[in-house]
Amino acid sequence: MYAVDPRLTSSAKFADVWLGIDVGSDIALANTIGREIIAAGLVNEAFVAHSTMDFEAYKAGVEEWTLERGEQVTGVPAEIIKQLAHDYATAKTAQICWTLGITEHLNGTDNVIALISLALLTGHVGHYGSGLVPIRGQNNVQGGGDMGALPNKLPGFQDIEDDEARGKFESVWGVKVPPNPGKHISLMFEAMEAGELTGLYVIGENPAQSEADTAHVRKLLDDLEFIVVQDIFLTATAELADVVFPAAAGWAESDGTSTSSERRVQRIRKAIEPPGEARDDLDILSALAEKMGNGWGYPTAEDVWDELRSLSPMHAGMSYERLESEGGLQWPCPSLDHPGTLFLHSWLWDEVLPPRGPAPFIPVKWVPPVDPLSDDFPIRLTTGRALDSYNTGVQSGGYRSPIRQGAVLEICEADGTNWDIREGDTVKISSRRGAIEVPVIYADSLRPGLTFMTFHHPDEADVNQLTLDAWDPKSGTAEFKATAIRIEKV
Amino acid sequence: MSVTVTINGQSVSVPDGATLLEACRSEEIDTPTLCYLENLTPVNACRVCVVEVEGSRTLVPACSRPAEEGMVVQTETDRVKHSRKMVLEFLASSVDLSTADSTLSGWMETYGADPSRYGTPAPPTEDRDHRHAGHHVAASGAETETVAQPAKIDNGLYMRDYSKCILCYKCVEACGEDAQNTFAIAVAGRGFDARISTEFDVGLTDSACVFCGNCIGVCPTGALMFRSEYELRQAGVWNEDEQNVTRTVCSYCGVGCNLELHTQDNRIVKVTSPMDHSVTDGHLCIKGRFGYEYVQNLDDDLATTPVDIVLRVARNS
Amino acid sequence: MNKVATEAERGAVDGLLDSLPAGWDGNPLDGRLAFSGLHRSQQLRHLLLPALDAVQSEIGWVSPGALDYICSTLIVPPAEAYGVATFYALISTTPLAPIVVHVCDDICCRDRGAVEIIGALRTVFGEPRSAEGPATWMTSPCLGQCDRAPAVFIQRAGQDDLVIAPANPASVLAVVDGLIQPMTVSTASTTLLGRPGGESLEAYQQGGGYVALAVAASQGPDRTIAEIKASNLRGRGGAAFPAGIKWEAVAGIASDCKYVICNADESEPGTFKDRDLMESNPYALVEAMTIAGFATGATRGYIYIRGEYPLATARLRSAIREAYAAGLIGSDVGGHGFAFDLELRRGQGAYICGEETALMNSIEGKRGEPRNKPPFPTVSGLFGKPTVINNVETLVNVIDIIEQGGETWAQVGTADSTGPKLFCLSGAVAKPGVYEVAFGATLRDLLDLAGGATGDIQAILLGGAAGSFVTDDQLDIPLTFEGSRAAGVSLGSGVIMVFDTSTDMTDVARRLAQFFRDESCGQCVPCRVGTARIEENLARKLNGHGDLDLQLIDDIDIAMKDASICGLGHTAATAVRSLIDLGLI
Repeated sequence: MYAVDPRLTSSAKFADVWLGIDVGSDIALANTIGREIIAAGLVNEAFVAHSTMDFEAYKAGVEEWTLERGEQVTGVPAEIIKQLAHDYATAKTAQICWTLGITEHLNGTDNVIALISLALLTGHVGHYGSGLVPIRGQNNVQGGGDMGALPNKLPGFQDIEDDEARGKFESVWGVKVPPNPGKHISLMFEAMEAGELTGLYVIGENPAQSEADTAHVRKLLDDLEFIVVQDIFLTATAELADVVFPAAAGWAESDGTSTSSERRVQRIRKAIEPPGEARDDLDILSALAEKMGNGWGYPTAEDVWDELRSLSPMHAGMSYERLESEGGLQWPCPSLDHPGTLFLHSWLWDEVLPPRGPAPFIPVKWVPPVDPLSDDFPIRLTTGRALDSYNTGVQSGGYRSPIRQGAVLEICEADGTNWDIREGDTVKISSRRGAIEVPVIYADSLRPGLTFMTFHHPDEADVNQLTLDAWDPKSGTAEFKATAIRIEKV
Repeated sequence: MSVTVTINGQSVSVPDGATLLEACRSEEIDTPTLCYLENLTPVNACRVCVVEVEGSRTLVPACSRPAEEGMVVQTETDRVKHSRKMVLEFLASSVDLSTADSTLSGWMETYGADPSRYGTPAPPTEDRDHRHAGHHVAASGAETETVAQPAKIDNGLYMRDYSKCILCYKCVEACGEDAQNTFAIAVAGRGFDARISTEFDVGLTDSACVFCGNCIGVCPTGALMFRSEYELRQAGVWNEDEQNVTRTVCSYCGVGCNLELHTQDNRIVKVTSPMDHSVTDGHLCIKGRFGYEYVQNLDDDLATTPVDIVLRVARNS
Repeated sequence: MNKVATEAERGAVDGLLDSLPAGWDGNPLDGRLAFSGLHRSQQLRHLLLPALDAVQSEIGWVSPGALDYICSTLIVPPAEAYGVATFYALISTTPLAPIVVHVCDDICCRDRGAVEIIGALRTVFGEPRSAEGPATWMTSPCLGQCDRAPAVFIQRAGQDDLVIAPANPASVLAVVDGLIQPMTVSTASTTLLGRPGGESLEAYQQGGGYVALAVAASQGPDRTIAEIKASNLRGRGGAAFPAGIKWEAVAGIASDCKYVICNADESEPGTFKDRDLMESNPYALVEAMTIAGFATGATRGYIYIRGEYPLATARLRSAIREAYAAGLIGSDVGGHGFAFDLELRRGQGAYICGEETALMNSIEGKRGEPRNKPPFPTVSGLFGKPTVINNVETLVNVIDIIEQGGETWAQVGTADSTGPKLFCLSGAVAKPGVYEVAFGATLRDLLDLAGGATGDIQAILLGGAAGSFVTDDQLDIPLTFEGSRAAGVSLGSGVIMVFDTSTDMTDVARRLAQFFRDESCGQCVPCRVGTARIEENLARKLNGHGDLDLQLIDDIDIAMKDASICGLGHTAATAVRSLIDLGLI
């Protein structure tokens, strides 16, 4: 097990080898590994020939990424990058797992593509023990996508611009479905800024605290004409709202399904009654529809699910009965006799590839983080999560974790000595966008010049006042992971 | 590949590598187990699952002994019953089994275990965590030694009462290689003074513990317990007959761990995870195990039932 | 809790790692690289017990800081390391005075002056296990010096460990005060097995040493094993398993790595023959191990010696060093074209580590808990690899077998019990010591060799604490494997301990029960609780709280025999049962 992380995390300590790369040098590392696999003759030639295309373009794209250049940009010794490349390429099976350290960058999508290329080079995809594993941070972020909570997709990832697909939904719903993609969250904020978006209905999100550069976000929300928030908490966003619908907790106070990272759809069930006037999300939406004069009655969760199954082929085989008895099912599961799909990309190994054709190599370019270090902001701050906490802490704050550190800036002891900052000292952290004050602790996971904060405690210290709202044009995700800061003792 | 063994005169075929316990269970032959759990590596320490195998000088633990072609196994001979009875007596005479799974008391009855014949149990002692290997204080003979000792309450999430510990090693395995790979606890000491311990008996908050609670999930005797359950029991309002268990999915990350929410009076009082579910085989993290409190309005004026009041006190302690 | 290791504690650990091929460089290099993880941790784990030993020997106890340092150096979770440290009686995780006197109060020494020594130490140094003052004391199970009882074993922080035997209050206090430096001198009896030339490698070779290795090397592994099989050499450690079968099994398995282990953890109360062999001629054991490695294809050997044998340890260390220097172990053994490395590992005070799989766990840096069998060590032994494990006496016999040829060697003794055998005579005999006879001698013959009993015989313990008692109407038992089996007793490790009528056998029984209660690893319920219950029952009678519950003792004995994991539990109540059956308690 190799761990690649700027920080020596507990997972990295568990690994055989840890590579402490510089923040934002992921593509440099991936491209260097790719070039080394090619240069050392370790490419899975048969797989590349049969199941991929555009290999030559990739090869040309990574040509400049010699081991020496890789070492220069990532900060990790060339010899170790070489060892990683060879071990990965020659392993019988190998997985690449990643999480937000890869995606929460301006070039997050390119980071992922660079990793996909390594799996294509070696054939470590689509069979047991191998694969590309994005580890989801939220329990139902996959389900949100499955259900069409994406600006360009209908449920089941059917394209909104596909007339036939849209027609199918229109015939069941009895209304016209807009034929054009909507806006993702970063575009919505741009539209607010441009005055094109003036009202917002927020369900189960807390953008006033979770988005990068929160001062700016709050101003945009403040300027909206009308905000409705539907949540189980009176969140910071809800406090800005004109109307708040108190909702039931999805996992313990209502029935339905969620989809985990591995595309497994599972049943969630109501265990306790929601407090006070809080109501099930489905109930609220149904009541709202009724008020709006186009009610659809009050369907049960299973009624809604069965409608989805009739419209989304990949969910068609997943009856509630099967979900109960089989411990969940992984999509696609197109029919009641289909066992579900363990490996999404096993088709790459089919003797005759399906119509979608071979998987394309896409060369990607490394660009340095957009928030550069300078004399004024000489220190790199990266953000992340702690085991016992979750997102902005509204849920995980409800229990008393004995291992919670609260809002603190982690620095390495050597920096502490150099800067004359001791554990417990409060410091002012400034970035090009804002400043916050937090206490400091020493962490053995960091090296000089690298600092870390979680974003779990915005009420104590809102790290996202420092982060950059520059976002990845392909995913809409902001650059949370690489902020240039300055630290002063208070 | 399969192997065929004879159990109690009956021919049983099981897959190659299956244990005698699996062979027994495939034929619904009841074999008691204490230290065995489907999601852990067998340590075969409790020896309550022993069976008689023809040609073997001693009895063999069914939980870990692979079935071999032609083995002739007896599960209900006098020898087997005697050892099971003695194991149960040994445990019942030295450990507080009052919160153990009720099947245990059933086995005690089945095998005629009589812990009272060992004499007067000794009162709790404070020194069990500090005994030295090879140097116990010689027994006086006036009392029967027990593992009775004060409960350890050093955090708000769960407590440890090693008066109830049968040393089945399950918690150590769940904390270690079989699940969490945290290794916050291990068996320390030796012989009757062996015990589950952190390094130098430091409190959990000073140990490597990450409060996943997987040790609680596998504990067969209630030695490891949610604070909520412990406090409700102490207050006399824990009532399993009135509890519901609802299976759902954790609300935190994307792994999809299944939760079993144990509820009483519309409150979650304990969280377990089904062992037979493929996603995590019964194991959880701190958030899934303990992070449910945000759906309990214990701090407002709605908290008026006895259960609510106890839970609120426990949470704020 | 102060968790920072002192300079001295670090030094003790670092010194050990310098001398062993650990290759650890796990500290993050410039915050860019780290090599750690489970595999690394597994590779280093076997160094845990030597590291604990190093700190204990140098500092006198293992502090939280020292443990933490060991753990970060070897990537061992602290709770696990603590679990290992607290398993061993010679490792202390609480502060102790720099000199610790372990006074044997086991069944032989307790009637021969141990009580007086304890009384003197209590007067001078107070209660046992004290951290205050220049020295402290504690009682000990049998120290393997029964031929010169009473014995004490002394741990000294920063200095070599010592044994005084026979000891008396004055000699113990003088040594503790640093007034005299005892040199424990072997009183090895002249035996057939005690080969000449024990003083140096050169002398050993001049006396005929290493002829057997040369013969084996010229014969090849198959023939070597054939000779061992032809000799019908059976294990001398107690189980009497044919050595040739073990060797053949391991030789027949293709594996990237195999091991031979010498079980020198001689801890069975009343046993001291292996100490005698190792002290008098360590070279013979080294040669025998090398032959075993050659024959089985094992390229690495371990000698696991009990921690209470400082002299044998020093002599073996020196013998191994000399053999390396002479090229008689290493990458090309004696120019014979095979490799064999040999390492000495010290036990740390745990009788259970004489059980072969517990011993392997101990070498691996784990708690000395026996493993469930099968799989047997020949298939999955040390580090999960095929392993031959033999007792010291068994191995030393190999040299004669190779030199003489198996069939010739087998002419000594009886058909089923071939060769010579060492017996440890102690207790109420005129001349306690190790005696060697050809298999076939009776108990009476052995008593005669030792000058006869010194009083009226009340009982004789045969085989050790795990053996059983006989009385003087059984003196004509032939001490062979088959003869003892027919008489319903066990030869065990060759213990013959005589008790005259002045001994309170209930006290002896209780001390035996205390021994097993102390030495049970605690893993399995029958032994963990059963040993405690047996002791309680005997204490109840001894202390006047009631009578023995014979039914209960019987029930416990049967359950321990049937359901315990290992031999300790199987035999823990045997001796006590035999005393009951003989009507002696």
